[in-house]
Amino acid sequence: MSWTTVCDVETIGLDEAVLALVDGEQVAVVRTAGGEVFAVDQRDPYSGAHVMARGIVGTRGDRPCLVSPMYKQVFDLRTGACLDTVGGEERVLPTWPVRVEAGRVLVGSGRNTGATPTSSPEPSSVGA
Amino acid sequence: MTHHPKQLVVVGGGMVARRLVDALRERDTDGRWAITLLCEEPRAPYDRVALTSYFSGRDPDDLSLGGAEIWDDPLVTIRRGVAATRVDREAREVTCSDGRVLPFDELVLATGSSAAVPPVPGTDLQGCFVYRTIDDVAALRQWVEALRERHDRPLRGAVVGGGLLGLEAAGALQALEVASHVVEFAPRLMPIQVDDGGGEALRRLITGLGVDVRTGTATSRISGERGRVHRMHFADGPALPVDVVVLATGVRPRDELARACGLEIGERGGVVVDDACRTTDPAISAIGEVACIEGRVWGIVAPGYAMAEVTADRLLGGGATFPGADTATKLKLLGVDVASFGDAFGTEPGSLDVVVSDPVAGVYKKLVLSDDARTLRGGILVGDASAYAGLRPMLGRELPGDPVSYLLPEGVGAAPSAELPDDATVCSCNNVSAGTVRGSVTEHACTDLPAVKACTRAGTSCGSCLPLVKRLMTTELERSGVEVSDALCEHLDLSRAQLFDVVRVGQLRSFTEVLERHGRGRGCDICKPVVASVLASLWNEHPLTQGRAGLQDTNDRYLANMQKDGSYSVVPRIPGGEITPEGLIVIGEIARDFGLYTKITGGQRIDLFGARLDQLPDIWRRLVDAGFESGHAYGKSLRTVKSCVGSTWCRYGVQDSVGLAIALEERYRGLRSPHKIKLGVSGCARECAEARGKDVGVIATDHGWNLYVGGNGGFTPRHAQLLAEDLPTDELVRAIDRYLMYYVRTADRLQRTAAWQEDHEGGLDAIRAVVLEDSLGIAADLDAAMAQHVDTYVDEWAAALEDPKTLARFTTFVNAPDAHDDTLAYVAERGQARPATPAERSGPVLVAGTTLEVRS
Ligand code: SRM
Ligand SMILES: Cc1cc2nc3c(=O)[nH]c(=O)nc-3n(C[C@H](O)[C@H](O)[C@H](O)COP(=O)(O)OP(=O)(O)OC[C@H]3O[C@@H](n4cnc5c(N)ncnc54)[C@H](O)[C@@H]3O)c2cc1C
Ligand code: SF4
Ligand code: FES
Repeated sequence: MSWTTVCDVETIGLDEAVLALVDGEQVAVVRTAGGEVFAVDQRDPYSGAHVMARGIVGTRGDRPCLVSPMYKQVFDLRTGACLDTVGGEERVLPTWPVRVEAGRVLVGSGRNTGATPTSSPEPSSVGA
Repeated sequence: MTHHPKQLVVVGGGMVARRLVDALRERDTDGRWAITLLCEEPRAPYDRVALTSYFSGRDPDDLSLGGAEIWDDPLVTIRRGVAATRVDREAREVTCSDGRVLPFDELVLATGSSAAVPPVPGTDLQGCFVYRTIDDVAALRQWVEALRERHDRPLRGAVVGGGLLGLEAAGALQALEVASHVVEFAPRLMPIQVDDGGGEALRRLITGLGVDVRTGTATSRISGERGRVHRMHFADGPALPVDVVVLATGVRPRDELARACGLEIGERGGVVVDDACRTTDPAISAIGEVACIEGRVWGIVAPGYAMAEVTADRLLGGGATFPGADTATKLKLLGVDVASFGDAFGTEPGSLDVVVSDPVAGVYKKLVLSDDARTLRGGILVGDASAYAGLRPMLGRELPGDPVSYLLPEGVGAAPSAELPDDATVCSCNNVSAGTVRGSVTEHACTDLPAVKACTRAGTSCGSCLPLVKRLMTTELERSGVEVSDALCEHLDLSRAQLFDVVRVGQLRSFTEVLERHGRGRGCDICKPVVASVLASLWNEHPLTQGRAGLQDTNDRYLANMQKDGSYSVVPRIPGGEITPEGLIVIGEIARDFGLYTKITGGQRIDLFGARLDQLPDIWRRLVDAGFESGHAYGKSLRTVKSCVGSTWCRYGVQDSVGLAIALEERYRGLRSPHKIKLGVSGCARECAEARGKDVGVIATDHGWNLYVGGNGGFTPRHAQLLAEDLPTDELVRAIDRYLMYYVRTADRLQRTAAWQEDHEGGLDAIRAVVLEDSLGIAADLDAAMAQHVDTYVDEWAAALEDPKTLARFTTFVNAPDAHDDTLAYVAERGQARPATPAERSGPVLVAGTTLEVRS
């Protein structure tokens, strides 16, 4: 797997996201208040608009979540599973491999499109 | 039914007598007792506790207690306007004022109290009143109305006595538009219920209602002129001119019948009874305010009701005894919250006080706890007694959690209802337990407050337990799957109004602080924007600085409105819809240069659609340089003030509606609120600005402006309702200031003014009282908050352009600063760009109508 260096982890505010270009694709990179870093598609699977990095980061129970700014579906950042479909059908937000090395965030090539925990990336802890 | 029921004579048709009759008739299914009730007053028992509501135009009939059917019961005889004059214990007979003699098997004295008249010369003058019966208050009202006919100056009144009753009477005088003074001998108001700190807070609240307060003052005499009250004189200080005087210096048990027939009388009056309410004559009982039980006389209704229940039980052969009572009291005066309960002064040894005092907010709260700070012994709440209903049942029990949390605004953090044991008394007037209230939901399928009240009787007397009853009901409903909570989300249990208060009182400045103090976890898309909005309303700081950008919802986050394809629209402010030709040209040029679709909105301004995120700062720069600013189309804040052309051009216009609309728009621009706010101003009653469809609508009249509030278009259209008529401009603006600020403080998340107004306790009338008469004593606060908003307003676009950190948020890719979002695709339609449909995106023909990149 090839890895693209995206930015310093400190560039991303806590519970915020930035947008990165990885292999010509738009990837939203999220850093939670707990210090974990996740990467997901920028494309919102419901509206089709490229907006995910502009959504609110938060939690549902102990699950880190990203909420689409368009129609407010809630996605589990660890698996991309939709926790609140706002009445619609279930859709998955594809996730990307991501790790933090020497204070830099790296996103791996190739998204995961399944929502099963086995295909989900291990979140990288950077020590909150 | 037995053929010869025993004779029960009840003397005194008051509240407690009525409870006895109800209780006995309910339980005496075999008809063992025939009841005769003697009422000295010319009417059946009524709700004395609610006496003051007689002034708010209520019919005496509205004060009736329970149904009137009881008087048709063949076993109940009521004699109105008939007093008992003598009791013959030997013969077991009562002599009545109408000459009749009634034999009895049992006699119950329920003669209550009479108002005490202080030993001051002049109390017999015309214009001096006591405050105890319907006839008293009717005479008082008549006197005031007759005086008003005669004088065209404001009337002046004084109340002797600054206790519960005196303050209620002062409120009643104010309601009759009589400027009132309260004169209290003790050094503070309500000396029996509150301590010095509470007294001071109370004084401020009462003074805020326009009532003049003199404590530590002895009234020496009342002087008259032609037999009518004229002046009040004091031990020191100048005399006070008065037109009416109310004496509220206490009550005296009406124990005269008992004295005359030789029953034992308490040291300070009252008929001595044992814990089964029997006097020294076993055939005679005494209940209510006339009884001296456990060595004391009770001046409140709840112990009286308990005595009535005990007596009913005993008459039917039961062994019930007086369960004791607490002195908990709550002042019933609109806008002045005072409650006192349990050992409020901490007289028990080893008591510990927890005090929260906030003179600015007008709040003083004290809890008295056991020395380990766990068990609640009593408390005093002044200025905000919302915790009272929840705290009172916890008397003598361990308070779960930090005691201070119970003193924060509106029961923040405290959820005593959840832990309240089933046997805790919730409604002490009617002795209803938490379990009974819960049962009304679970077993009797009650789903709203009226149903629970009807089913359990809780909350049907003084009403002070209602908040708690409601909470219990809500919790129970939720348990059965009905959603009623006003908690924001899993991270914050507060309603938006509560949140506003804790942020304001605690001077909180960040989301983290709010969540750490009052919530849990890390937050979500529900609580973050709400907290951001509250912080913005209070501190008026830029939405994208201080780490707040991540809290903002979709549109606020980039100070623009997100469109279906992820691009943005830009709406510059055009106050009142008035725009110069130059302004129109600039907007046109900008739209052309950036290839934006333009449309005139329903809010009288121009919307520019299809801007990429990274183009927003460049577009704003051009607009700001030309003198435009943000129109806040993205914010839960003021949108527009729509206007008609008004007297400037229109041949019917009577006022300058455009001028006022612009002034209002510039005043309230940027004000963050629970939901968006829209205003309208029409220059005459033809109403071309559709002002009555707005949150605040202003319509010109020949004499000034009519102010309408709570209008709405949208999903549930509503016409705004008239708040005030013919206001001059400065008063109009002040009224709108207060209305809006009050809404901002107390509405729920995403609740427009129409719904807020409808939900507000007391409805529009109560809101009007707050806005125009300062009934809550918060007007100065609201005015100051609005003044601060106006003073600190800055254009959010211009401020964003100044701040490099904020501007950095508008870069598209963190690792490719020069690349653009290439997923946006447009086709031309009617000469402008619009987003391409999915079919158009994949199809062969894609028309580039604009300067934006078109995907091929
Ligand atoms: C642009 C405009 C339509 C137009 O082309 O004319 C418009 C556009 C939107 N309206 Fe509106 N409303 C517009 C005038 C109105 C009006 C008419 C008016 O203000 O006189 C109403 C009815 C009056 C009222 O609010 O009571 C109106 C009632 C709504 C509602 C329903 C509110 C309600 O209380 O039920 C929503 C939904 C909401 O806010 O939750 C809404 C929501 C929206 C949103 C924000 C939907 C969204 O989330 O994207 C649209 C934003 C478009 C954008 O990007 O700018 N819009 N909207 C109008 C902008 C006015 C302006 O200059 O700011
Ligand atoms: C303005 C006001 C506000 C109040 N607010 C509250 C409150 O918020 N909470 C609270 O707990 N309490 C309040 N009280 C006190 C409450 O009203 C009394 O505690 C309650 O009414 C006592 O009931 P009772 O039946 O013992 O006496 P009463 O209600 O006084 O009834 C006694 C009746 O007996 C009649 N009577 C007397 N002698 C005779 C006779 N010889 N023959 C025939 N009839 C006779 C009297 O005319 C009277 O109608 C308030 C009182 C007033 C005046
Ligand atoms: S009416 Fe509906 S579609 Fe039209 S602008 Fe308003 S929200 Fe959008
Ligand atoms: S406590 Fe008075 S009505 Fe419930």
